[in-house]
Amino acid sequence: MWLLCLPLIIPALAGAAARPLTARLDPRQATWLLTAAAVALAGCSTAALALLAAFAAARAPVLAAAGGYSAHVLRRGDPVPATAGALAALALAAAAVAAAVWARRRARALAESYRRAAALHDSDLIVVLPGPAIEAYALPGWPGRIVISGRLLDQLGTRRQAALIAHEQAHLAGHHHLFTSAARLAAAASPLLLPLARAVDYTVERWADEHAAAATGDRRLVAETIGQVALLATPRRATPQRRRSATLAITGPRVRRVSVAWAGPVPRRVAALLMPPPRRRTLLLLACVAIVILAGTAALEAARDLHTLLQLARAAAR
Amino acid sequence: MLIGQKGSRMTDHAPRHATGRPADGGRRGAGELEAEILAILRRAAGPLTPGEVRDQLASGRRAELSYSTVVTIMFRLHAKGLLARQQAGRGYAYRPLDEASIAAGQMSHALGSGTDRGAVLSRFVSGLSRRDAQRLRRLLDSDPAAANPAAGDPAQPQE
Repeated sequence: MWLLCLPLIIPALAGAAARPLTARLDPRQATWLLTAAAVALAGCSTAALALLAAFAAARAPVLAAAGGYSAHVLRRGDPVPATAGALAALALAAAAVAAAVWARRRARALAESYRRAAALHDSDLIVVLPGPAIEAYALPGWPGRIVISGRLLDQLGTRRQAALIAHEQAHLAGHHHLFTSAARLAAAASPLLLPLARAVDYTVERWADEHAAAATGDRRLVAETIGQVALLATPRRATPQRRRSATLAITGPRVRRVSVAWAGPVPRRVAALLMPPPRRRTLLLLACVAIVILAGTAALEAARDLHTLLQLARAAAR
Repeated sequence: MLIGQKGSRMTDHAPRHATGRPADGGRRGAGELEAEILAILRRAAGPLTPGEVRDQLASGRRAELSYSTVVTIMFRLHAKGLLARQQAGRGYAYRPLDEASIAAGQMSHALGSGTDRGAVLSRFVSGLSRRDAQRLRRLLDSDPAAANPAAGDPAQPQE
């Protein structure tokens, strides 16, 4: 029954591979790949858990009598230990509850967003927010809206405003919230996939960044806009000035490579924009798809095994 | 004068109680007063301080309003997202917001109170950790043509 382990191991591997992949793939390709992989792997691992639980449950004499098959044959042919089956059943129940709770919450949040967007006037595709906040976001809806705080707009030049708006427009036009929601739902059902969902959060930002870079024709402009807004949105610490000049003094004269391997999303986005646009890598993409298909095949194969076993047991009971 | 000083203090700290004084008629009159104050601010050419609003209110029917009541009500309107305010001397001057801004403010507030906010709204930037802020500055600094993240941008605020 080792085949059943595959749909459980591959999500863990996929989780580990997600972040390196985001740095190498074109963001649009990466978004599609990671979202599809998350959904497919969540399906496979849930199916694998269900099968493990089913193998274990089928051995119960009561069920055997009710189903009209031989428990003896099952016990001999069934390689799944009873404890593994029980654990799988528990994990399956937990996954179902987590996914249902999460889906309900997300559906409510999205409905709220759509309702709020619909309540705004049709012509207000860009809404300026009052108050002291530094804030910019895309509000999913029909039509979706771009919300920017007035204070942020005041601090950006016209070209940077254009870059910011192009970025948010890409989110709305690409329905990016659907990708992130699908990946998060998969991660709710199968927590090993959480790195994949986080990677999708990141790749949709990169996707919008690349769109803004294409729309404005200036990658550095987009990078600088992200940098400026991020620094504005981060409250300053007690002694930022001295710290800043010290940093400048060290790095000022020579150009140094800054490692962003362990950085958060904002420095990685800026670093990616300061480099040439990413190429499409069809081979890498195909390899990833193949691995996901392998997990799916393993789950299917195990399901067929269970079916065969039950048929044998039923034949023996007659 | 004493009342005035007390009032300007209240602009600096959020008033704790909803109604200013029992003499002002309690809760029933509060909504009415809010509407009156909003109407005065909408008619006004520019932002008004609570003192100016009180003078205009006093020239109408209500002669017995205390300064602190007006400040309290205007603060509440500001907290509801119906008024914008700016520093004026030691206190604030208030102006009404247009409809789209009010709707956006209420929306932001409603979505902000939910726990799933970050996920539904695609925010332009997420928060920066201290190390990320340093990395970001270094990234933009190490790029020769962009020595300063704000270089070449005319609308950069002066620091």
